[in-house]
Amino acid sequence: MTDAIALIDYGAGNLHSVHNALKAAGATGISITSHPDAVAGADRIVLPGVGAFGACRDALMAIDGMADALEQRVRHEGAPFLGICVGMQLLADTGVEHGTHQGLGWIGGTVRAIEPDTTDIKVPHMGWNDVQVRGDAPLLEHGEAYYLHGYHFDVADADDIAATTHHGETLVAAVARDNIFGVQFHPEKSQRYGLELLERFLTWMP
Amino acid sequence: MTLRIRVIPCLDVANGRVVKGVNFVDLQDAGDPVEQAQAYDVAGADELCFLDITASHEARGTILDVVKRTAEVCFMPLTVGGGVSSARHARALLLAGADKVAINSAAVARPELVGEIAQKFGSQCVVASIDARSDGQGGWEIFTHGGRTPTGIDAVGHAMRLAELGAGELLVTSMDRDGTRDGYDLDLIRTIAGRVSVPVVASGGVGNLRHLVDGVKEGHASAVLAASIFHFGEHSIADAHKALRDAGLPARR
Repeated sequence: MTDAIALIDYGAGNLHSVHNALKAAGATGISITSHPDAVAGADRIVLPGVGAFGACRDALMAIDGMADALEQRVRHEGAPFLGICVGMQLLADTGVEHGTHQGLGWIGGTVRAIEPDTTDIKVPHMGWNDVQVRGDAPLLEHGEAYYLHGYHFDVADADDIAATTHHGETLVAAVARDNIFGVQFHPEKSQRYGLELLERFLTWMP
Repeated sequence: MTLRIRVIPCLDVANGRVVKGVNFVDLQDAGDPVEQAQAYDVAGADELCFLDITASHEARGTILDVVKRTAEVCFMPLTVGGGVSSARHARALLLAGADKVAINSAAVARPELVGEIAQKFGSQCVVASIDARSDGQGGWEIFTHGGRTPTGIDAVGHAMRLAELGAGELLVTSMDRDGTRDGYDLDLIRTIAGRVSVPVVASGGVGNLRHLVDGVKEGHASAVLAASIFHFGEHSIADAHKALRDAGLPARR
């Protein structure tokens, strides 16, 4: 795989794990980058992320020109994009974690706390759970993946939901629209299931 | 289905080598941590835990190298604990490839540290590790330094406080049971699990697969941690998953 892959470095804790997993999935042309120019020239773009929505959003927006470069390369030029965990949540309009924060607004909806009715349902949603694929969603197969999150993406338009899982309530496991794809779970921590998903992303022609 | 019960092998690491404490005192070398981690990855462990028990300050950095090399070849969640004393220390472990850091003695000395790390890196990566012994009167006391040092602190109250401060998970180890193979202290695990909204990992005392099932069914744990029953090949991860499924619990196939 010789595509130029921009793995965006804005201080996300799972950056290196995602890098390792992309390499294991066969990627060779990965650049870990915080330069908008690298995004502009990338064939594929991966946005990692863990932790709080607001902190991740601020760190991403603090990179001069990054939001514009992503907008241009992904939304206008159609480069395949993969967001992971908070990297997927950042696609939302807003996130309400420690205050209200604006997201990239690529996929309509809000990121909010998982608030189960019963104390039997523990938060964070932590561990292996189903990936239930909806309709003809790209890249995904039914299976089990590793989740680690206390907030979830409440997606406005059901057509954008590519997969769901269940933890007290139905939660969005993946979103997809055109060349934009995001997963709530961690493919870089989901052993064979995750590596196979990354392999498919590396050859995805949306 | 639903969220699976996690089966977590724990590797004790000293000076970059795997050891297993038998009653936390006598140690016997059992190999290279990266190789063992890979074996557990292939075997389908749901997570892996490294507990760094390196004693000397000079050798403290060895765990970072172990974590980094493990993260290069293992694609499963990794928790690292042992001597984590500051947000800076936690950050180094997370950047090396740990997904979660377990805070133990430092959170006894200063519980606010749990909140500081959660604030910076998110609750999901903060595990509050609690070592407790029965006080003989129906309660439990926090011990530090591998179970040797009593603190006078009530374990249940401490657990609740750390969860409130932002720990995303509690790793609860009975120091009475650790190394005994008599099973978890189910009263301890259940009491804490019933008081917090975050997942609880049961730890300390596993001698057979039935103990894992009991940890969930009677202890109400979200995850079960064990060491020797896996390390010495008595049982595989698949055996553990099957035992959980046979008991009607959700576990990976």
